Amino acid sequence: MTASLAAPSHASGAKTRINDFSIQVATVNGSGSQTANTVLLRAIFQMGVFVSGKNLFPSNIAGLPTWFTIRASAKGYVARKASNEMLILMNAETAKEDIAKADTGALVIYDEPLQLDKLREDLAYVPVPFQKLVTASCPEPKLHKLVKNMIYVGVAARLLGVDMDEVKKAITKQLKGKAKAIEINQAAAVAGYDWAMENLPEQDHIRVVRDHKTEGLIIVDGNEACALGALFAGVTVVGWYPITPASSLVETFIEYADEYRKDPKTGKSTVAIVQMEDELASAGVVLAAGWAGARSMTSTAGPGVSLMSEFIGLGYYVEAPGVFFNVARTGPSTGLPTRTQQSDVELCAKCSHGDTQHINLYPGTMEECFQFAYDAFDLAERFQTPIFVVTDLDLGMQNWSSKPFAYPAKPYDRGKVLDQQQLAEVKDWGRYKDVDGDGICYRSLPGTPGGNGSYFTRGSGHNEYAQYSEKPEDYVAVVDRLKRKYETAKAHVPGPVFRNLGSDKGILAFGSSDPAVIEAQDILSEGGLKTDYLRLRALPFTAEVDAFVKEKKVVYLVEQNRDGQMANIFRETYPEHASKFKSVLHYNGHAIDARCIVDQITTFEQK
Amino acid sequence: MTTATPSAPTNKLGYTKQDYVGSKSTLCAGCGHDAITAQIIGAAFESSLEGHRVTKYSGIGCSSKTPAYFINQGWGFNSVHGRMPAIATGASLANRQLINIGVSGDGDSMSIGMGQFVHAVRRNIPMIYIIEDNGVYGLTKGQFSATADKGSHLKSGAVNDLPPIDPCTLAIELGCGFVARCFSGNPKQLNAILKAAFAYQGTVVLDIISPCVTFNNHDASTRSYKHVKDHDFPLHDLGFIQYSEVEEVEIAAGETEVVTFPDGSKVAIKAIHESYDPTDRFGAMKAIHESMEKGEFLTGLLYINPTQPPLPQVLNLVDEPLASLGEDVLKPSPEVLNDIMKSLM
Repeated sequence: MTASLAAPSHASGAKTRINDFSIQVATVNGSGSQTANTVLLRAIFQMGVFVSGKNLFPSNIAGLPTWFTIRASAKGYVARKASNEMLILMNAETAKEDIAKADTGALVIYDEPLQLDKLREDLAYVPVPFQKLVTASCPEPKLHKLVKNMIYVGVAARLLGVDMDEVKKAITKQLKGKAKAIEINQAAAVAGYDWAMENLPEQDHIRVVRDHKTEGLIIVDGNEACALGALFAGVTVVGWYPITPASSLVETFIEYADEYRKDPKTGKSTVAIVQMEDELASAGVVLAAGWAGARSMTSTAGPGVSLMSEFIGLGYYVEAPGVFFNVARTGPSTGLPTRTQQSDVELCAKCSHGDTQHINLYPGTMEECFQFAYDAFDLAERFQTPIFVVTDLDLGMQNWSSKPFAYPAKPYDRGKVLDQQQLAEVKDWGRYKDVDGDGICYRSLPGTPGGNGSYFTRGSGHNEYAQYSEKPEDYVAVVDRLKRKYETAKAHVPGPVFRNLGSDKGILAFGSSDPAVIEAQDILSEGGLKTDYLRLRALPFTAEVDAFVKEKKVVYLVEQNRDGQMANIFRETYPEHASKFKSVLHYNGHAIDARCIVDQITTFEQK
Repeated sequence: MTTATPSAPTNKLGYTKQDYVGSKSTLCAGCGHDAITAQIIGAAFESSLEGHRVTKYSGIGCSSKTPAYFINQGWGFNSVHGRMPAIATGASLANRQLINIGVSGDGDSMSIGMGQFVHAVRRNIPMIYIIEDNGVYGLTKGQFSATADKGSHLKSGAVNDLPPIDPCTLAIELGCGFVARCFSGNPKQLNAILKAAFAYQGTVVLDIISPCVTFNNHDASTRSYKHVKDHDFPLHDLGFIQYSEVEEVEIAAGETEVVTFPDGSKVAIKAIHESYDPTDRFGAMKAIHESMEKGEFLTGLLYINPTQPPLPQVLNLVDEPLASLGEDVLKPSPEVLNDIMKSLM
């Protein structure tokens, strides 16, 4: 037992970090730690403090090490922070390494038998007798392993100054209606809190002080936000295949569909959800359902997109709608299935063989995950083509605080579909005729009565009447029109978001890099380097993107992959500005942090 | 509707047979596939199918070109190699009122598309799954397919040294409720089976031996016209009687077995080859295996069980096509979003 909870480096009277710190919890996968960590995060959130969580978990069901970081930030920075002020070490296997990597001055809560306090002298140690406490507080030995983690929540709450009532409330919320589990977990948390109260002195290294910044906010992950977007967009056919980190998108949708997509009179379902035999079949179901007039979707990750790519090309060429969520993970190949990356940028931009171009949406916030998922169905039907909504594990599976989602009041856009009466009036029906000159043709749906409007869809060469053709002029006419259609999409996809501090130096990023870029922009600004930041939200590039590229002297393009894939697309699109793009990269599987952006830009600036 | 000649016979909907044709075939003259196309046109006419409800799906290969050659009033979808079942699955879920006809080949279904074939059958997709089976890859100019018999020769002289996969026993194993084998050179049998297939609710697997006149019609081929004709053993005389509210059809008792479909249609089966009970799943498997060992093609209705629910029923989908549901039905209210947001606070 340390007499004081200040590490030597801190004892010199450093300022208390109020609502501004990171905690890293190291546990064993499958030990119930995810519940405990979410409760701690939620309790801090309920204290009115901005907080974000990153679960760094292994591709494993139980047994391998897992880490969870919780960041509180008074300024609202929610990116991963590379340094941690508190460590909670529950995993014997990684404890020594965790100590070795710890930042000077960190407060280390650990399982007493691990005897870590002799390893370094520049840390403050809190050994906790977890086994003793769990034995005393939980009557059922077989649950000890699972509730042991809730004890550190109590200890941490006490040390940080988090109200125990908030912890209890968070447990009730997290364990939705499971009365016995709530009781046992609350008892464990209280046991930890009371033990800390009796045995530990106050510490002033890091503290939570009640604030009001999170009032009215929700906590949600991107997969759930996308699932909700699809629910409100009225998806009617879902073909999918399980894959980390995309499974929970459809699984969450299934839960909501059970409640909100049943005919009130008959109890019958207004959505067909089929777990297919693989991603190939999932893509086929999505495109055929779209072809037949349903709103259809799948969710997958990089390996799934690779498998789907033949069908995606078919969808592009025959012009069948469908929404494809890609919750990206670390590639190539199986890669790191439970780690994040933005490395499917080029894959999704040009998925499939031959000349193809796809509309891609890149949500960067939870509200955008919801809204873009909703919009994707409109875009799919308007442009009669596969639409990618590209998120990643960081957006998709981590906890984010967000404003509640606004109701998408805009009516559905079902696109250019001719009904029986309209078909009867058409004089010279051709499925692929560009009647309006925008590259988007009129389509008919199978089953439309009246004897007009049928056509033969084919992935082979076709003319504007959908007839088989190998004529050079027919082929060129179709693929050139498809290019025109892509041009038309520029006016329909979401434009970029700007955060301009007034500079001819630009930062360009997309998706989950946003919080780290904002923080990096502020750090750079404090150091005297002002930047203008454009957050890209879609392909094709809109006019505002054109203008930004032309105006800026240099564009730091931040992305989470090795090869600068988005930079490649920019250099290809703007060859005359190719030398402006400087890649700022982060691709080790962890979520991007502000420091790595600041360091790389600073290095470029010093050259 | 068009009328070919003033005197052409019409069906119950007032259509002539000409109303069920498609574009001109571009297959080789004498191709077995064209004979199958002709029977689809005839059976669709006789069954009075509503052309606009017909959807035609295929993958890649000679067989997969044929949906363009029948029922122009329907919508066609020639997709990618081996993936026709996924297309049929998606469209049949989007609109459960469609009449789904999939045409595939032995290469498209038993090699590259095996996974999709197996799972479509397992899910009991409402579709007629026709395999135009010639034991050879025609469109790539004559390589063995997975249904080629062991020991059969290619025109080049190459010998197939691997055993064949039989789509029919496989389909029975997978729980398919309507499995038949036909020979493209036996139009009467094919006509009766197609009409019964149109009345069936789930997946129909129809393996049609269809000789390839260009690459697999030589004497050493077990898929040649001559060989199949010599080894075709029709199991029974089949009659299909479509349900009619107006007239009840009497079927003479005696040697005829009658299978009744949920819609009231009937298949009358009169055994000719040997006593064969197409409602006996295990007996069917045994009889097919025994005949294969003897080098015979048993043709006819191999197995029938008309009671299995198709996928849209298993998923308990609303009766109206999902594709026709509007925003009023599909989009939850602002109150619902509000409740969900509160639950996330």
